[in-house]
Amino acid sequence: MLVEVLFWVFASILTVSALAMITVRNPVHSALLLVLCFFTSAAIWLLIEAEFLAVVLILVYVGAVMVLFLFVVMMLDIKVEEVRARVTRYALFGAIVAGVVVFEIVSVVWTRGSGAEVGAVVKATPAGYSNTAELGKLLYTEYVYPFELAAVLLLVAIVAAISLTMRKRAGLKLQNISMQVAVRSQDRVRIIKMAAEGSGANAPQSQSPEKGP
Amino acid sequence: MIRLNWLLVLSSVLFAISVAGMFINRKNLILLLMCVELLLLSANFNFVAFSRFLPDIHGQVFVFFVLTVAAAESAIGLAILVVLFRERRSINVEDLSTLKG
Repeated sequence: MLVEVLFWVFASILTVSALAMITVRNPVHSALLLVLCFFTSAAIWLLIEAEFLAVVLILVYVGAVMVLFLFVVMMLDIKVEEVRARVTRYALFGAIVAGVVVFEIVSVVWTRGSGAEVGAVVKATPAGYSNTAELGKLLYTEYVYPFELAAVLLLVAIVAAISLTMRKRAGLKLQNISMQVAVRSQDRVRIIKMAAEGSGANAPQSQSPEKGP
Repeated sequence: MIRLNWLLVLSSVLFAISVAGMFINRKNLILLLMCVELLLLSANFNFVAFSRFLPDIHGQVFVFFVLTVAAAESAIGLAILVVLFRERRSINVEDLSTLKG
């Protein structure tokens, strides 16, 4: 009974915060409401015993992706009023599309599936079952090739994001590394053979610079 | 216990909210990216629900990959957004019409 109550509490928080996310005017508030959406989704995933993915959702999304979003939102100074002008023109159309989508899916899931197996409960896992261990076994054996591809994809994303946002500032003094490496001693030091000057009698011995070894 | 159709209806509501959000915020590129994240979350809800219901853990592996791709997508999308803002001083979608004939 407690699980059902918790599910409905989290589901209502999720729905309300998602609705608030698409309607608030400030993008920072939107990002924070999306963080709330991810937290409540993780709680629901914990309730249906998908523990590893719930933790990953919080670590990856709240810890990395949403921090990136907040960083970008705060870095760019966006005129909220300018962006949000004429908002009502599309709001009605959006609401109609959303209503149609919900009606279609609910009519399939709820009415046509009544009494059938879609209404069945999600069974609890047996005692001693580790979601993380099972996922790891599958991920590192059967899905090891897609796993490596995902790692490469993340590397590509890192390189692409850095190379897109890196810029050359004007007036910045930088070393030219290739010129530094390519320089030779012949270009810098010129050794000239010449005869010793002076007879030695007039030269002040005490002020002559000492040569290092 | 939690029923499968509760989860499916919840994910469809999330999906519809994010689609409506794309219509409502169709000028702000950052909010469009956030709506895409919410959309992927609702798709992941279906994967997790069916994976726990069947029970077949392959669905959760798929959610893992979807999370990876979504993280890469949002990182590159935000990088493009930053470059765009630097060039145009605007993230309004309607300002990005230079390819229009």
